[in-house]
Amino acid sequence: MGIVKTKDLTFEYIRRDEEGNVEGITTAVDHVNIDLQAGQFIAVLGHNGSGKSTLAKHFNALVSPTEGTVWVDGMDTKEDDKILDIRQTAGMVFQNPDNQIICTLVEEEVGFGPENIGVPTDEIWQRVADSLQAVGMYSFRKASPNKLSGGQKQRVAIAGIVAMKPKCIILDEPTAMLDPSGRKEVISVLHELNEKENVTIILITHYMEEVIDADRVFVMDAGKIMMEGTPRQIFSNVEHLKELRLDVPQVTELAYELKKAGVPLPDGILTKEEFTLALKRLVMQNGD
Amino acid sequence: MSIIVDKISYTYEIGTGFERQALKEVSCVIEKGEFIGLIGHTGSGKSTFIQHLNGLVKATSGAIYYDGEDIYDKDFDMRKLRSKVGLVFQYPEHQLFETDIFKDVCFGPKNLGLDRAETELRAFEALRLVGLDESLYYQSPFDLSGGQKRRVAIAGVLAMKPEVLILDEPTAGLDPKGRDDILDCVKKLQKETGITVILVSHSMEDVAKYVDRIMVMNDGILMYNGTPKEVFAHYKELEKIGLAAPQVTYIMNDLKNAGFDVDVSAITIEEAKTSILKALGKK
Amino acid sequence: MIRDITIGQYYQTKSVIHELDPRVKLMGTLVFIISLFLGKSVWMYLAVTAFLAVIIKLSNVPLKFIVKGLKAVLILIIFSAAFNLFLTDGEVVVRLWKLKITKEGIYQAVFMVIRLMYLIMGSSLMTLTTTPNNLTDGLEKSLGFLKVIKVPVHEIAMMMSIALRFIPILIEETDKIMKAQMARGADFENGNLVKRAKAMIPVLVPLFISAFRRANELAMAMEARCYHGSEGRTKMKPLKYKKNDRIAYGVLAAYLCAMIALNIFLGGRII
Repeated sequence: MGIVKTKDLTFEYIRRDEEGNVEGITTAVDHVNIDLQAGQFIAVLGHNGSGKSTLAKHFNALVSPTEGTVWVDGMDTKEDDKILDIRQTAGMVFQNPDNQIICTLVEEEVGFGPENIGVPTDEIWQRVADSLQAVGMYSFRKASPNKLSGGQKQRVAIAGIVAMKPKCIILDEPTAMLDPSGRKEVISVLHELNEKENVTIILITHYMEEVIDADRVFVMDAGKIMMEGTPRQIFSNVEHLKELRLDVPQVTELAYELKKAGVPLPDGILTKEEFTLALKRLVMQNGD
Repeated sequence: MSIIVDKISYTYEIGTGFERQALKEVSCVIEKGEFIGLIGHTGSGKSTFIQHLNGLVKATSGAIYYDGEDIYDKDFDMRKLRSKVGLVFQYPEHQLFETDIFKDVCFGPKNLGLDRAETELRAFEALRLVGLDESLYYQSPFDLSGGQKRRVAIAGVLAMKPEVLILDEPTAGLDPKGRDDILDCVKKLQKETGITVILVSHSMEDVAKYVDRIMVMNDGILMYNGTPKEVFAHYKELEKIGLAAPQVTYIMNDLKNAGFDVDVSAITIEEAKTSILKALGKK
Repeated sequence: MIRDITIGQYYQTKSVIHELDPRVKLMGTLVFIISLFLGKSVWMYLAVTAFLAVIIKLSNVPLKFIVKGLKAVLILIIFSAAFNLFLTDGEVVVRLWKLKITKEGIYQAVFMVIRLMYLIMGSSLMTLTTTPNNLTDGLEKSLGFLKVIKVPVHEIAMMMSIALRFIPILIEETDKIMKAQMARGADFENGNLVKRAKAMIPVLVPLFISAFRRANELAMAMEARCYHGSEGRTKMKPLKYKKNDRIAYGVLAAYLCAMIALNIFLGGRII
């Protein structure tokens, strides 16, 4: 079993009108079966309202399934006495950096999680220093979070999770409110954590360029997993992605357009280097 | 109708010891009917700049002329300026407050002192322009999806019938389809009504696709002001200030270096496709 | 007016008082207030003044800054002075039409003004020298005994510190919403009181909605980080008494004893 596994996971919520009468039922997550491998960099794509955030909240036991089961590191999220262990194993970072920072000082913010799980004082200081270094924010430890940029705030939020020594970090659109340079900062910190500390990363996003270096990609729509595979496999399906309100990186789209115009390029080109190489090969073949 | 910005500077918190110069002698001309892209990293002064254009922030020095009139003149009607220059802030859906969508859109025209018939007419027109389904007009704005809420908020500014529409990152947080929908809608609006549009954006791909002219701000200075092709030709300088050119520009430069006879000034997929096909045909 | 309130503000500098444990400062404030209300004689007030002056000197906070806090309560001070001046019975000094001023009334009014002024100065001195987080920690620890009677001391302290963190964010948000509504033609500057209050609705509704959204998201983020109240929680920065704190407690005890002794010695005499 992987680090996170779901079986027939379904989540419904009941919509009510102003008098409290039931108006209807919305299925946010619809019979999802996934098995995520430890140590991987996993991306979940989907448009606004596709159910990807609700799915993510199940992995941290913030919501409980209507039907089906979620196991985090072998623990069933429906068992109440496991909740703290689950949350420590699978930490969660949210979209709005301002609404997840609790303390008035960076170092206290990072220490908040370890305090909650009863880590001794000396060890808290050690963990705070280590995790701030891991995200490159150590020199800001005495600063007020209000004075940081969006990217820096998200890095502090990530450090706050890292200090709890999780096996897995789930990030719910962590870059949606950041500018391009902030986005880059956050994504490169995540790859570093994945490679150096072997932390499993589950990144929920709708920025296509953040997905290119993932090990595995899931695409959601209407609460269901619609596509699953490596980035190359996923981005080979330009038409299907567009139907799901998504996009592909510009280079992939250019290659796709050229192919449509009769240039025999391979599917799923992800980087400009690949593109140049493929085009060179083509010219050489034709020249022979 | 044109806006002339003449060497405006703005300093924050004068006399507190925390002084910070947000704008340094910015000058430019904005002509009627233009579609302008304003780019720059966070803190470059672009938000401060756009707030000057409708008088929400007053320049420490310099002048702004709207249609030849000095907006800092004592007799100038600042409220009229605000109706002529519509400003849609970032995450504008956070400013919705009325019980139904239609009433919310009426807020702007009502503030202009228009009678009821005119107010409602304008609200209808604005909601139609942003392409919101008519069945939703009398629902609570808080029940809508993120993309729909944003359209309502934009309609709220359009209902004032501005001559200039400024949008501060109107696509932030939306999914790819939502982004395209909003920008297509703005482009259509600009073509149909001849309104001037200033689009603040972080996405070079969007800017390249939609605008006629790009202004680049860095550290309170207007660094570049020209057509997308002219500005993106400086992609190496743009990188130094935390920006970039669209990915297509990089691809074309790589191809050129690899010996392909392609046009390095291509900035959209369409242009790149044509140029590559041409180059391949020649070989 | 709002800018004049120094209560709750922190004045950053280095001093013996700044470095004291927050519990000592809380206790000190309490002792100071007791001594203030003990006094019924000029001599007592001289002693209290001397004590306050020494503390202010030690705190390195400019006197000007502390006095500024009084402006916000000036009206309250004037009113209570007037009440005492005109409504105290005793030996009549001056008679103005139907009002009479008595000797006792004069003393009462003067003492009341001094008491109120010192009360504000003393308590703002505590907040000026203690960071908000430190203060909440101190409160949580000092009021820990209330847990016995089921008062959620930890939760209250946590709420206080979160409120303090969100004040700047909400101020910024208010500014943003006001600007956005001004861009839609809203007018906050003209018109009478009713009109202006009505103009605030388009600001207050989005502000409340946003505050609730923030609260909701923050609660979820706290839960996700295993927050579950004070049970089994450790501290990154536990409060520990140092040498200066013990000395300060000694000084406070000595001061309180001296004041009580002085009070008994003076009896009911005013001068």
